[in-house]
Amino acid sequence: MTGRMVDISKRWGFHGVEALKNSSPMYKMVMGIFAIVTLIGAAIGIQGFFAGYHHVYGVTKQIPWGLLISTYIFCVVTSTGLCIISSIGHVFGGEAFMPIAKRAVFMSIMFMLGGFLIIFFDIENPFRMAIWNVISPNFSSNMWWMGTLYGAYLVFMVIEYYFLLDQNHSLSRLMGFFGLMVGIAAHSNLGGIFGMLHGRHFWYGPYLPIYFIISAAMSGGCAILFFTTLGWKINPDIMNQRMERAIKSVTQVTIFLICTIIFFTIWKIVTGMVSEGKHLIIMSFLTGDYAINFWVFEIFLGMILPLYLLFKSRGNNFNMILWATGLMMIGIFFMRYDIVIPGQMESVYHSLGVVEEANLLIYIPSFHEIMISIMGISFIALAYFAGEKMLNGHQLEKHEIVPEGGYICPGCGAIHFMEEGESEEDAMKRHHRIW
Amino acid sequence: MKFPNINLDNLKNEGTESVTAQERRKFLKLGLAVAGVYAGGKILSLTSLVGKAHASGGADLVKKYPYNPHYSMVIRQSLCIDCEKCVDACNTINEVPDYGYRTRILTKKYTGTLDRQIEFIPVLCNHCNDAPCVRACPTVATFKDPVTGIVRMDSKRCIGCKTCVLACPYDARYFDATRHAIDKCDFCWEKRLSKGEKQTGCSSACPTGARTFGNLTDPDNIVYKLVHQIEEKVWVMRPADDTKPNIFYMKGNMQSVDNILRGQKFKTT
Repeated sequence: MTGRMVDISKRWGFHGVEALKNSSPMYKMVMGIFAIVTLIGAAIGIQGFFAGYHHVYGVTKQIPWGLLISTYIFCVVTSTGLCIISSIGHVFGGEAFMPIAKRAVFMSIMFMLGGFLIIFFDIENPFRMAIWNVISPNFSSNMWWMGTLYGAYLVFMVIEYYFLLDQNHSLSRLMGFFGLMVGIAAHSNLGGIFGMLHGRHFWYGPYLPIYFIISAAMSGGCAILFFTTLGWKINPDIMNQRMERAIKSVTQVTIFLICTIIFFTIWKIVTGMVSEGKHLIIMSFLTGDYAINFWVFEIFLGMILPLYLLFKSRGNNFNMILWATGLMMIGIFFMRYDIVIPGQMESVYHSLGVVEEANLLIYIPSFHEIMISIMGISFIALAYFAGEKMLNGHQLEKHEIVPEGGYICPGCGAIHFMEEGESEEDAMKRHHRIW
Repeated sequence: MKFPNINLDNLKNEGTESVTAQERRKFLKLGLAVAGVYAGGKILSLTSLVGKAHASGGADLVKKYPYNPHYSMVIRQSLCIDCEKCVDACNTINEVPDYGYRTRILTKKYTGTLDRQIEFIPVLCNHCNDAPCVRACPTVATFKDPVTGIVRMDSKRCIGCKTCVLACPYDARYFDATRHAIDKCDFCWEKRLSKGEKQTGCSSACPTGARTFGNLTDPDNIVYKLVHQIEEKVWVMRPADDTKPNIFYMKGNMQSVDNILRGQKFKTT
């Protein structure tokens, strides 16, 4: 690396508020809409907080976790997934994945914050949480571990992002590694919360913690493809050979992960159909109230259509990738909803055969819940659009990442170094010698 | 064959002074092994033994129970007539809002039976010895009372995450907006037992004695007598969840219970 002094704004790829001011009126309008929606959502949430959640939320005694929890899970799953996918590159050294790192880590932090914003309005006493989580911890509680580890995860990700901006790659790598470890621990604990609930057959068991990790990676792949191709729409300059290479690699990984989740889903359905405790819920997926959620959103939009489109895009057709992953994000949202709500639909006394609990319980999200969820999502969108402009499309300054004597390999997208008297072509041959 | 003629009634008690410390330890070890403490388990109760091994009575077997008084309830299902007096009493005593409940009565209907077509099943917190809600709570806001074994709430610690509501396999919890915390049955600890009363609101309101509340460590207590017998089947709800509940169920009609109690009155006051 050359040791020359550079202007910090350039070094960080930071264009600042000036870039926002220079953006097109259309762009400003989009940002304005998201800002207003975020504020309205927050106002409605605060109104609900003072009015009392049991008056304004659709959750009941028997279905205490509703849309807010499922949206929170959607956010933190995507956050963890972004961390997992980006770590392939900048933690484990997969060169092809490196260019996505900055955007992925930034969005990972924003998804986490969006998730926290939403959960703030679901936890009944959020202020007590800050105190008692610290002075009265229950180490056998998955909830405690999930909250604590996600807190630590956010800290690691912020530090990692700082070092990424600062181009201190060894420290960002170290922090990225810790962030990944803590993130996976936190996320599997989130699955563990569900997986360790005795009376809930639909959730109970080791399936959910495992599924959550794989599913997170899939969401992460989808999200980074979506945000990168959308970034390309906003500013075509962000695309270069390295980024194209990265998109292709992430597409491949995402295709693999979608296939894995299809496999998981098939076995969830097949085993559920022969389980007394799950049968009713599985049937509501297949033919009942949740059939549209399941077949249209979770299966078609979340898996089949993106799988087809991503295959067809061959990793080169960015428009197609944008559509595929955009629709997939909607599908994934329903996937999370289909975990949280149906797991509570069957009362614990259903198996007793009593009249009161003969039918599945019903939950309909209330206006407040919908608005608070939209607030969280539009906060993330606002942060994304602001980030694209202010952080210069998450680009690195070229002369900074390519040290003297090095060049970007057109073949693999990685940085190669030429030895004395070597031409670029010779160096490439040397690096890609197979035999 | 001739038996030695020993008059047991006139034999003098040797006392325990003559028993060596070693022998005494051996005896205690045996007792603890039966109770499960020795196997490393702190969570022990008769619950796991009911159905497999019935206690034969006698003061030494009381050591099995981890709490003293070990509050428990036996619900004699056949006696419940769904008058809901217990629910009303509970709601009044504990100020339960209309959107929640601490206890309720479920209805089970039968067709093709000759004796009765309907059965009522009162349900409430099972005060499990291995309570899933206590494990799930991130801030120890819900806990097993170390003395009585009642699963209680420390409302000021409750953050309202509602994980315990879902962790409970008995649907015994709800969020109370007035208390700003999860509320649940505490065997009327706050309102009655801690003030010296012996019965919960629901058990004292029950006109038929379907809800029988008492101390499982006391051999003279009705609850003890109803559980420690093999004449009538005693069961717990959702045994597969292995929560070791302290609410026991039996059909418990008048005649069979009369046989069991042999003269003891139905309701202790």
